[in-house]
Amino acid sequence: MNLLTVSLAYLRSRLLGTALVLTLLALGVATITLLMLVTTQLEERMQRDARGIDLVAGAKGSPLQIILSAIYHLDVPTGNIPLAQANEIAKHRMVKKAIPLALGDSYQGFRIVGTHHDYPAHYGAQLAGGVLWQKPMEAVLGAEVAAKSGLALGATFSGAHGLGAAGAEHGDAPYQVVGVLAPSGSVLDRIVLTGIESVWFVHDEAHGLADNYRPDPSEREITALLIEYASPLAAAMLPRYINNNSELQSASPAYETARLFSIVGVGVDVLRGFALVLILGAGLSVFVALYHALEERRYDLAIMRTLGASARRVMALLLCEGLLLAGIGTLFGIALGHVLTAALGVALRQAQQVAVTGWIFLPQELWLAALALAVGILAALVPAWRAYRTDIAATLAAG
Amino acid sequence: MFVLSGVRHEFDGKRVLDLAHWQVVRGETWLVLGPSGSGKTTLLHILAGILRPSAGSITVAGQNLATLAAGDIDRFRGQHIGIVLQRLHLIASLTVMNNLLLAQYLAGLPQDRDRARSVLENLGIGDKADSSPHQLSHGQAQRVAVARAVINRPQLLLADEPTSNLDDARCREAFELLSSQAAACNATLVIATHDQRIRERVSNRLTLEARA
Repeated sequence: MNLLTVSLAYLRSRLLGTALVLTLLALGVATITLLMLVTTQLEERMQRDARGIDLVAGAKGSPLQIILSAIYHLDVPTGNIPLAQANEIAKHRMVKKAIPLALGDSYQGFRIVGTHHDYPAHYGAQLAGGVLWQKPMEAVLGAEVAAKSGLALGATFSGAHGLGAAGAEHGDAPYQVVGVLAPSGSVLDRIVLTGIESVWFVHDEAHGLADNYRPDPSEREITALLIEYASPLAAAMLPRYINNNSELQSASPAYETARLFSIVGVGVDVLRGFALVLILGAGLSVFVALYHALEERRYDLAIMRTLGASARRVMALLLCEGLLLAGIGTLFGIALGHVLTAALGVALRQAQQVAVTGWIFLPQELWLAALALAVGILAALVPAWRAYRTDIAATLAAG
Repeated sequence: MFVLSGVRHEFDGKRVLDLAHWQVVRGETWLVLGPSGSGKTTLLHILAGILRPSAGSITVAGQNLATLAAGDIDRFRGQHIGIVLQRLHLIASLTVMNNLLLAQYLAGLPQDRDRARSVLENLGIGDKADSSPHQLSHGQAQRVAVARAVINRPQLLLADEPTSNLDDARCREAFELLSSQAAACNATLVIATHDQRIRERVSNRLTLEARA
């Protein structure tokens, strides 16, 4: 027998009330846990995909759209830019590295990206099998694409025009799989890589033999250019230099993703506020439960006093109950939050969206637990104080 | 065992108890008699340190209660004084065994299951240790209440109207229970009652007068 076992015995003796408090608290905590896990992972994921890319040059249009299409491969491009102008930017002395991307086709919803070997190298991609593309119409699959499509090395497939699975197929110009990338947790997992020449070749009016394909650089176009600055000074000069060109538009991944999160953040804030209301509601129900218990247990508390318990210990008993309720509710909530996030992760994976896992632990969860426990203690404080002040002689004389 | 002198208590400006002197030797059994409202319960509460009187001094087992701080008086009561109330007030959420262990815990004494079991067996309810209080008959519940009061081997056992609402046989049984358990730990037994049936059985009597 100690305060803990006595508290537990009392919680067990009024199961319904206990269950209500635990449910409210667990739902609130679970919602916030879920939000924290998902937003943290999304932000981390987006930052990882944009790491080392200081600026993106694309066709005139929305900078956000350029970032979404060129870095995350989630949106359609704003258009194409002349290869000659892209090359001019790439050669600028403030540019350390420039990676061209040619977009337009997809395979089973996965985007086909024409680029240089610099692109997988930028993300530190490793081959799980085969080699990188050497000739036009050779393709390397991202890990998820390979797993979903079932295409093996040596297999051939045709790209479809546009991003969806329903575009017209370029049936007369099939790709051949020459390599498969190892899973990297980056955007590469969800795309098909090939040479820029392949994309030009597929869209060329006069299809020739892939082996002999020699495009004329002066007329060629690409979709976007991923740029790494040579010096911090470039941030002040390069965007203006690019935007001065009437056909080009620069977009900063850092700025645009921050803007995106501030838009999405409104929804997240609403959910978070809702979850806080749940937690406060749980706190209120802890208060009501303990206050009610105080009335019910007037004699129990008085008897405990006659058995030798000090007023302070009786107060500690009620605080202990509040803390237990809050503690158990918080544990349930955090566990539930992780399970829900894991379930969301499975659903998102089936929808070929970003990967989210429920099996990581964030330091912020400790703050959340501290908040929930504080609510529990606060709610127990008034009943505990009343128990402390109770006149036992009067209580016993009355009953 | 205990000495009360010049004890007066006022409640809401009215005098509810006035006792010039009362001295009891260890091991004696006393009855506190008087009609309702004569201050029997108040006297018991004062003796147990639950209530501090308006004036007067109380010494129990050599300890002057007035000099004890609030928390210390609670512990002193837990360790040296056993109390049986008319309404037994067993803690319904706890088993019989845990009701007894709680008394040891709250008194700040080590929890001794063997002691608890032997007290229950001594009272003939050894098989009820794991029962919940609401599964007990009134007689059994009263035995548990007595067991809880004597588990810490008190020097003073107080009982407030232990026999009211009981039939004659039960009344006799309850009195025997209290006096045998008090004798078992050589405790002084003080019973506050207006029950005429146990009057004849005890020669030491303190009679309080009714107050208007």
